Amino acid sequence: MKPLEPVSPAARVVLGIAFFVIFFAAWAAVTFGGLVPKIFLADPVTMLREGWYLITNHGFLVDIGVTVWRVVGGFILAALVAVPLGLAMGAYKPVEAFFEPFVSFARYLPASAFIPLFILWAGVGEKQKLLVIFVGSVFQIVLMVAVAVGSIRRDLVEAALTLGARDQGIVARVMVPYAAPQIAEILRLVLGWAWTYVIVAELIGSSSGIGHMIIESQALLATGQMIFGIIVIGVIGLISDFVFKAVNQKLFPWSTI
Amino acid sequence: MSGVVVAGVSRTFPGVRGGAPVQALAPVDLTVTEGDFVAILGPSGCGKSTLLRIVAGLDRPTTGTVTLDGKPVSGPGADRGMVFQSYTLFPWLTVAENIAFGPRERGTPSAERRAIAEKLMAQVGLTQFANHYPKQLSGGMQQRAALARALANDPKVLLLDEPFGALDHQTRSLMQELLLSIWEEHRKTVLFVTHDIEEAVFMANRVLVMSARPGRFKSEVAIPFAHPRSYKLKTTPDFSRLEEQLTEDIRSETIIAVQAGF
Ligand SMILES: Nc1ncnc2c1ncn2[C@@H]1O[C@H](COP(=O)(O)OP(=O)(O)OP(=O)(O)O)[C@@H](O)[C@H]1O
Ligand SMILES: [Mg+2]
Repeated sequence: MKPLEPVSPAARVVLGIAFFVIFFAAWAAVTFGGLVPKIFLADPVTMLREGWYLITNHGFLVDIGVTVWRVVGGFILAALVAVPLGLAMGAYKPVEAFFEPFVSFARYLPASAFIPLFILWAGVGEKQKLLVIFVGSVFQIVLMVAVAVGSIRRDLVEAALTLGARDQGIVARVMVPYAAPQIAEILRLVLGWAWTYVIVAELIGSSSGIGHMIIESQALLATGQMIFGIIVIGVIGLISDFVFKAVNQKLFPWSTI
Repeated sequence: MSGVVVAGVSRTFPGVRGGAPVQALAPVDLTVTEGDFVAILGPSGCGKSTLLRIVAGLDRPTTGTVTLDGKPVSGPGADRGMVFQSYTLFPWLTVAENIAFGPRERGTPSAERRAIAEKLMAQVGLTQFANHYPKQLSGGMQQRAALARALANDPKVLLLDEPFGALDHQTRSLMQELLLSIWEEHRKTVLFVTHDIEEAVFMANRVLVMSARPGRFKSEVAIPFAHPRSYKLKTTPDFSRLEEQLTEDIRSETIIAVQAGF
């Protein structure tokens, strides 16, 4: 192994899968070997069996759908507000001076701490879940997009100016395309965080969703079900990451040359 | 008065972090008549880029004015095309799209844009790379594309800030011939900044030497060679004589600049 030496694509896949194999093997070893009592940690086979039971008898697929809908819905709302605001802040310094201090402050407000308040305002329905994800994501996206846009290379802007571009052209046809791949990357990152918010919101006040299922399983001491729920979240995250990366490559071929 | 007139232009940068202000450019006067090719030579840090940026409208002079065809320059515009010292092609656009950027900003219809880009790509020898992104090009190719991009607006003046500075000697020679052939065809007003004496003598009709910071024009040498010029010119005695004369002029300034620690 040498620093930064590339690894072949085949080796990359093998290594990536190898970790999962080792992980499951270790898990199986401690559970089947009796190192950890079943009541605290179910073994992998029980986990899968209970997962299957959840899907067939408890409509767990509907729960998954509900959770995905909440994350995507709240996240899209946040992106719709945050990306244009971040762009405006990155491009226009007075706009940045106006919003930046507040957004920097709001970013540190933990979204989960708002849940009791949101329940008071919006009940335990969908509105409250969307609100949690929205608040959890919007400030993060705003700040990161503003930084990405503001980091535009000055000489590119100057080149555009000498080519006859005016304010609008600079923003729309230099700053936005320059920052677009970074913005896509930011959205991918924040979507990952949105998943944690939705689960917390569902753990506290909910009658459906993956988080709700996990908290119900706890009452039944069904660790297999709980772990199944957690793994489902991880798998969905992995899939959405894959999709995001593929879409980014397709949209911005120049950024990965 | 047609052409570029720089009258009493100076530039002082405010001190960095409480330091003393830096006068990059002493008040300078310069007249470049329409269709002339003027090269500016000077030691590093003497304010060459600063002067060019002021003519481009990217920076404001502390004193003095710049006019183009009698109209004061108040900001950047498509009538003054610029090629920068650094690589400034837009990485998200292909070569053809980069070249068509200026016409697009000015609302030129797409068919016409394509025609402009195709003609210029042929001229700078990049037709086969029309759909390449800048990162897929060599440095020389990028600067050729940048030159074509500046020409696409059909500017009155071309401002070239050491466009070949980062290229190896061979590539550089070819680029000089290319630029010269383009100038011989279009006869645009050119203001060309360089470190390289041979390059200045080979292409320009006038060579101005700048002093160490704060930059001012120290001497001027007229280059009498007729156009079109061939690269063979570089090995003639007349050429060497001019090079020698300029070398002396610059050398004394460079010594001052180095001693001052620029
Ligand atoms: N934005 C700025 N703020 C402060 N000082 C500056 C700024 N731009 C340039 N200077 C100073 O002005 C002087 C002239 O800079 P300029 O870039 O014009 O030199 P140059 O002749 O183009 O040098 P080179 O040949 O190395 O490119 C330098 O000493 C530099 O430190
Ligand atoms: Mg310079």
